[in-house]
Amino acid sequence: MEPLLVVKDLKKYFPVKRGLWFGERADVRAVDGVSFAIGRGETLGLVGESGCGKSTTARLVLRLLEPTAGEVYFGKTPVFKANRKEMHQLRRKMQIVFQDPYSSLDPRMSVKDIVGEGLVIHRLARGQEKTERVAELLEMVGLGREHLGRYPHEFSGGQRQRIGIARALAVGPELLIADEPVSALDVSIQAQVINLFEDLQEQLGLTYLFIAHDLRVVKHISDRVAVMYLGQIVELAESDELYRNPLHPYTQALLSAIPVIDPKTKRQRIILEGDPPSPIQVPAGCRFHPRCPKRFDRCDTEAPVLREVAPRHWVSCHLY
Amino acid sequence: MRNGSLLMIQDLQTHFFTGEGVVRAVDGVTLSVRPGETLGLVGESGCGKTVTALSILRLVPDPPGRIVGGTICFDGRDLLRLPEEEMRSIRGCAISMIFQEPMTSLNPVFTVGEQVAEGIRHHQKVSRREAWDRAVEVLRRVKIPDPARRAYEYPHQLSGGLRQRVMIAMALALGPRLLIADEPTTALDVTIQAQIIELLMGLQEEMQMAVILITHDLGVIAETADRVVVMYAGRVVEEASAEQLFETPLHPYTQGLLESLPKLEVGKRHRRLTAIPGVIPNLLDLPTGCKFAPRCPKVIGDCWPTEPELKEVRPGHWARCILA
Amino acid sequence: MSERARRGTGRSVRGLFSGQWQWSPGIVLGSAILLFFGLMALLSTLLAPYDPTRIPEGLQGLSLLPPRGDHWFGTDLLGRDLLSRVLYGARISLLIGIVVELVVTPIGVIIGLFAGYFGGRIDSVLMRTTDAVMAFPALVLAIALTALLEQPGLLSVIIVLTAVRWTTVARLVRVQVLSLREAEHIAAIVALGAGKGRIIFRHLLPNCLAPILVAMTFGVASNILAEAGLGFLGLGIQPPMVSWGSLLAEGAVYLTAKPWLCVFPGLAITCTVLGFHVLGDGLRDVLDPRLRS
Repeated sequence: MEPLLVVKDLKKYFPVKRGLWFGERADVRAVDGVSFAIGRGETLGLVGESGCGKSTTARLVLRLLEPTAGEVYFGKTPVFKANRKEMHQLRRKMQIVFQDPYSSLDPRMSVKDIVGEGLVIHRLARGQEKTERVAELLEMVGLGREHLGRYPHEFSGGQRQRIGIARALAVGPELLIADEPVSALDVSIQAQVINLFEDLQEQLGLTYLFIAHDLRVVKHISDRVAVMYLGQIVELAESDELYRNPLHPYTQALLSAIPVIDPKTKRQRIILEGDPPSPIQVPAGCRFHPRCPKRFDRCDTEAPVLREVAPRHWVSCHLY
Repeated sequence: MRNGSLLMIQDLQTHFFTGEGVVRAVDGVTLSVRPGETLGLVGESGCGKTVTALSILRLVPDPPGRIVGGTICFDGRDLLRLPEEEMRSIRGCAISMIFQEPMTSLNPVFTVGEQVAEGIRHHQKVSRREAWDRAVEVLRRVKIPDPARRAYEYPHQLSGGLRQRVMIAMALALGPRLLIADEPTTALDVTIQAQIIELLMGLQEEMQMAVILITHDLGVIAETADRVVVMYAGRVVEEASAEQLFETPLHPYTQGLLESLPKLEVGKRHRRLTAIPGVIPNLLDLPTGCKFAPRCPKVIGDCWPTEPELKEVRPGHWARCILA
Repeated sequence: MSERARRGTGRSVRGLFSGQWQWSPGIVLGSAILLFFGLMALLSTLLAPYDPTRIPEGLQGLSLLPPRGDHWFGTDLLGRDLLSRVLYGARISLLIGIVVELVVTPIGVIIGLFAGYFGGRIDSVLMRTTDAVMAFPALVLAIALTALLEQPGLLSVIIVLTAVRWTTVARLVRVQVLSLREAEHIAAIVALGAGKGRIIFRHLLPNCLAPILVAMTFGVASNILAEAGLGFLGLGIQPPMVSWGSLLAEGAVYLTAKPWLCVFPGLAITCTVLGFHVLGDGLRDVLDPRLRS
């Protein structure tokens, strides 16, 4: 079966000038050679800590940013080679839900206008028809018709996220990218929104790229999970397999860092030394080697490659 | 409630007088902490846990907030009746606090060494030189690499994890008996979070300090707390030892929180999360009777109109629910 | 971070018009002061006890009289009643203040929007031009322009003030746009397929309205002061028109001997400017408390 989304060797470097006049140009290597594919109806989770490049990847896929190198294929269409007309149509097919419920909605627009704007831009509905369609969408995400005329500040964080989801669904996308959609929400609300995502996927046959820093949430909702570190994917496997058998030392540390709800077990935790390095000064060789508890000589100088070392399980590490 | 406590809060009430009405942020909270113990204070936004912590140190912004009732006994003295000067000598010395966002809690125009040293000099009569040396010592104790050099750096030159360590250093410089940590790791990456928690627990044991750890992350609580207090809408709804709470939670809110967390288990992916329906109540418009009743899956007629009392259902395990 | 704390309490400009009005002390006081002066200006023809431009016969006895029963503000050198002249002056001063602002704002907004949104070359060009105009000492520019226009007068004042003041609005709007551009709700509608026009005029502009409105109130106050300054230098409106600035110019010579000639127009200017400032502060507090810091 043909995948819905294919990302090939995506790179995004942001130039940063050092020094006042003639400083050397350093590059922030936000995304540095990322490749993956998502099948129709599948959920791929993208997990990593701050600075790993997952949000930048999301924006590149949607062409909210232009890449430094690489290509993204939606179906058979290369996204970065699309002209304006093609891009306009492509935009209907892939949408995004953002992290911050407080800045992702225009504060001076009513809910009806926010959710319905996609319909207007793509000439799908106007006037009364638009109102009806928006009301349907609101009901689909667990809100009601009475919310049509209200403004964002009248809603809680969880409700605003629902509005954001309704807005994304209005144009009928096939792919939905969720960029940390529950990180800013209270725990009891997170579960509601996660359930909503799952219900919608089943109802509408959506494909998800689900980005988060919390492995628990990502594992729960994803079929497969990709772990990112400093602009690259270091491990990619099915959800259960990743948890059962994490191969990359970084994944192991991530899993081990997650607190466990069982006060009786005293686990042996892998505590990583040092801080996440900055994407401007990328370490030579394997990017993780300065913090890796299992590093050896080869890691300092030679960068590993993402390889399939077990069925449907890819790792980028010299240990394998 | 208990003897031998280091800190005992009785029936604390802290209200905010806003243009839209009175917000009862903390409405009758009673809890205590023993010397050397870690008390976990858990709840979501608006439950009153941060305001409780600020009330202990009398840092509630006034206006619009005010502590309108209750007592807070620390070492036999009621903190709420102390004159401000004595409070100042307690803050940072006997009781310290660290906050969630280290960037906004550190002064950007002073080096980290200066900030730690200043705290020391405020409470003890020592020379600048000596205060600086002690500051470097404390920075070393919180495992900041190369502390003598880093003491000369400014907050913006440090990463989030290091800044949090500096905050901890400032709080611990004078060996407090009680440390209040308000969401100390929420703003940090999960691997850094693990480092910081490990550091705090190590220091606690070393210094025999009591810790009130405020967080919404039940996992962190499970790993670090001796006893746990769960708050909702400005009041305590459950209190127990960590083991008791996670093994047999009595209050439906606690049960709901535990069930709504995605678990890292193999093979259970398609189990739907059991979410708590509804939203956190608006503190300006609380229902009569049990405050959790509108969202409670086990609600019955008797949950209105009187609010249940906090009862000791089992030894050491209290719950504010008529069904417990 | 507490959800409640992040919700903020700012109201939108649209909110103002849809009934979310809040009568803060600033708005009430400012509006009261301005209403007072506005009425004064509008009803000047009815309120003025004398014709402000007519020179009376029997000049000797009526020249430079201090305030008294039949001339509340006294009279000037030519025996004209000062109260009447101040009332008439209100018309011109307020007119200039408001008209200039109404012309300057759209110009500045367009420039600021385009510079902020497009960035790059366009931004550089527009901003360097703005910087160049701002770097010029305003007074020198005023003198040069007036000379160019040959005749000082109402029109020249309006043109000169417009030329000098558009830069403030442009920079203000540009800054707003620069920060708004990165907001997630803008990214969301780009992802939805919105074109540049829609983004600029339907999304960026309305979110700038609040600071623009506040800036306008302060702007009118500045214009009135600037007009007074120009009038004082002789670059302002010419007789028989009366403005507060021209009154100041006339009375300056007699400042120590006959102070009332300057005091009353001066007081009028001060109170009006104060009124606009108080209104502006009040508006700003209601629209966006965050702007305060």
